[in-house]
Amino acid sequence: MAEQVRVKTMMPPGHVRTPAYLRGKCGVIERKLGEFANPERAAYRLQTELQSLVRVRFSMAEIWGDAAENPTDTLDAEIYAHWLEKVD
Amino acid sequence: MPHDHHDDDFHHEGMSSSGHPYREDDDHPLTYWQIMEIAMRELLIEKGILTPAEVAAQIDEMDSRSPSNGAAVVARAWVDPDFKHRLLKDASEASHEMGYDIGPLRLIALENTEEVHNIIVCTLCSCYPRDLLGLPPDWYKSRAYRSRVVQEPRKVLAEFGVTLPEGITIRVHDSTADMRYIVLPARPDGTTDWSEADLAALVTRDSMIGVGLPKSPV
Repeated sequence: MAEQVRVKTMMPPGHVRTPAYLRGKCGVIERKLGEFANPERAAYRLQTELQSLVRVRFSMAEIWGDAAENPTDTLDAEIYAHWLEKVD
Repeated sequence: MPHDHHDDDFHHEGMSSSGHPYREDDDHPLTYWQIMEIAMRELLIEKGILTPAEVAAQIDEMDSRSPSNGAAVVARAWVDPDFKHRLLKDASEASHEMGYDIGPLRLIALENTEEVHNIIVCTLCSCYPRDLLGLPPDWYKSRAYRSRVVQEPRKVLAEFGVTLPEGITIRVHDSTADMRYIVLPARPDGTTDWSEADLAALVTRDSMIGVGLPKSPV
């Protein structure tokens, strides 16, 4: 079973690399990419921790609901771990 | 710095009476960021950290990258199954093997098959596999492409002249962070005995972004 995750719905200001259209949406982890500097601090040259980065695959139906052009098409995006919560 | 810088779009702003498109003279004060760039560049030169020739050489280097780099990688993958395997496993490493260094970024190659068609976009800015494809086309950076291709990829593809067979799944890939993407299009039929160089000539820039298909063999 692929691991299910949900993108957090927070809206912090700054150099955030989690697109707003994916916040609150559920997807599955497509692959794990390793650890990368957190851009929300690195962009301001602040000392930063490393964050796991994963590719999450969303169905178009999950993102756009009934307005999806073709519900089973997919959207993959790279999301840092601190933006993800587990889905039970 | 994982994110590509943003270029100013070039827009034609008029047509001369002799039929040449022109851009208006930039007779306006420098912006904050233009002043910042000039100040930084002049300081680096004054302090002997860079020379003007090195700055020019770097611009030359950026301008020299073109989609023919990516086309060479795609053609190699079409003729060499082991290379294709390595490309799909780690595209940074495989393209490095061919002399294309993608720097600190990581590259992922996405294979188009009879079941799946891949398209790349950067909804947040203009991330693009510049080492393999050169500078991105203006439309790639436009709000229209960035916002529409994630919502109605099939309609966008149709506008690029691409109609896919029924039942094929479209996968859109949003380059949101540290990865860059290149689409590995399917090898055209009727090219069985073709050389790598001839195959590379069929690989278009758009086919590596996923909004086009390779040219058909004549």
